Amino acid sequence: MDFGPHLLLASLEGAVTAAILALTAMGLSIVFGVMRVVNVAHGEFYMLGAVIAWWVTSLIGGHPAIGFVLALGIAPLLVGFLAAAADKVILQKINYDPDRTIVATIGLLYIIQQTTLMTFGPDARPVQPPFNTRIALPWFEFGDAGFAMYWPWGLSITSYKLFVIMAAIGILTALWLVITRSKIGLIMRATQLDSETALAFGVPVDRVYMWVFGLGAGLAAVGAVLVVPIQQAHYLMGHDPLLLAFITVIIGGLGSLPGTVIAAILIGMSDGIISVFFSPTLAKIIATLVVAMVLAFRPQGLLGRTAH
Amino acid sequence: MTDSQRSQLLHLGVIALLFVAFFVLPTYHVGNLSRIMVLAVYAIGYNFLFGYTGLLSLGHALFFAAGMYGLGLSMELFDLTTAPALMVGLASALIVSAVIGFLALRTSGVSFMIVTLMFAQAGYLTILYFGSYTRGDEGFVIQQADRVLFGLDLSNDTARYFAALVLFSVCFLAVARLVQSPFGRTLVAIRENEERARMLGYNTVAHKLKAVVISGTIAGVAGAAYALLFGYAGATFATVQYSIFPLLWVLLGGAGTTIGPLIGVIFMFYLIDLSSDITSAYMLIAGVVLVLLTLFAPQGLAGELRKRVFKWMP
Repeated sequence: MDFGPHLLLASLEGAVTAAILALTAMGLSIVFGVMRVVNVAHGEFYMLGAVIAWWVTSLIGGHPAIGFVLALGIAPLLVGFLAAAADKVILQKINYDPDRTIVATIGLLYIIQQTTLMTFGPDARPVQPPFNTRIALPWFEFGDAGFAMYWPWGLSITSYKLFVIMAAIGILTALWLVITRSKIGLIMRATQLDSETALAFGVPVDRVYMWVFGLGAGLAAVGAVLVVPIQQAHYLMGHDPLLLAFITVIIGGLGSLPGTVIAAILIGMSDGIISVFFSPTLAKIIATLVVAMVLAFRPQGLLGRTAH
Repeated sequence: MTDSQRSQLLHLGVIALLFVAFFVLPTYHVGNLSRIMVLAVYAIGYNFLFGYTGLLSLGHALFFAAGMYGLGLSMELFDLTTAPALMVGLASALIVSAVIGFLALRTSGVSFMIVTLMFAQAGYLTILYFGSYTRGDEGFVIQQADRVLFGLDLSNDTARYFAALVLFSVCFLAVARLVQSPFGRTLVAIRENEERARMLGYNTVAHKLKAVVISGTIAGVAGAAYALLFGYAGATFATVQYSIFPLLWVLLGGAGTTIGPLIGVIFMFYLIDLSSDITSAYMLIAGVVLVLLTLFAPQGLAGELRKRVFKWMP
């Protein structure tokens, strides 16, 4: 393949990464924005989403689409409830003290991960995509014969990957509408702005925190269900998304939702493109160093507000 | 007896107990104890920063690995002998912690944790990236010929135990002394209220940087000693898990207490040792312990003891 088609392919793969990343990072960002809590166990909620998706689809049988649609409904709900319960039993008891919350969520990370290892086992397991037709893409070129269109070998994307990108856009738009236009969103924003005043106005802050924590974990699970037909479910799969989601949230500005989406696109695309042309390890080294430097020299992130 | 005399007695008692343990405990536990003492040095280094200065780092594996690879690679690639290689290990941990400290201390709180985590992750990936020299996850064995220090063969069980004991005692007593010094007192003041310490005229940033360097260097010495005593260096020691371990040990034993790190390592070591007989998912135990600790005993074992029984404990 020539450079041009190769780049197009890399950016399409990058767009899929960006779509999943946007969902996962949005969960982390909402939790941090509203509750000021750093959830280290976020990657494990993602992994749990994928594992539950595998479990549901393997139980249902029949056409892969039935199982997939069910998984898309069940996995985020289950994960959300579990996270809400964890918030009530653990995080509320320690009053969201920043240091202790990090330690507690590290503990939660190991509990979820190792319990999955004990029950689900150490193998990676695939989930059938609901549909998976290969769509070849054309490429245009000015050759000796003038302007020509041809179909380079290997330049293609599956319909499922296109669906992932569309689904992520759809879910994020819906989320945006809920947060900016609905009563629930208003309560969330009120809690974020000033939890004490919100409490004084009759907002049940504890319950809001609990469900926001659940919502964040649920978003990670949605991302995982979408990715699992491409990637397979594995008990250690939460590691990389956690790191990438952290990077995204920080680059985008802690707590800034539009910033998170922009950063997800930026990072997902560049991760896809750098990984195609250079070594993926090098791409990760650069990404982690950039984050550390951004935090050290521009702590508010790219779109974050200055001075809290 | 004054409190400081009591503390002195306690510290010497701990060392004497470890000395006697070699002669009374069965071989298996003696082997465990030499490993525990080296890891306790790592925990002591971590405790200096976390327990006394109040900075929670999630990147100490980088310093541990800096010492480990400083020693291992200088032996592998440049054929250095033991003593100079040990110095290289110490120096690389010192340099790495100074650079990371300088950059990470521009932030505080949650950002500090994430910055240190990111640097450590970048360090781990760098070790994997240069896999042709470091052998990545697989790691490499340190030749027995290289493990002779001042005529002592450190691959021998007895020599290993006493080398670990000497290293532990030096770090243990030095840090216990340091935290009672005016410098250590200032660090505690910064932990309790940084604004006030600054108002009183202390250069808090310089103090914190010194604390990071001391803590990182001790961690690096532990890493170098681990490679030397147990003859192996691998990328596993640079993973996030090895940054979380010292946090776990210190929290379990009691942050900001001198004997906490040792107690934490012993407790955790045997907990994992026993539970790995039952299940391969032994990190589950670590997770449960972490959650229970944050809920019920945020001060750790030694911390709770100090609160309830021995108020004088250092």
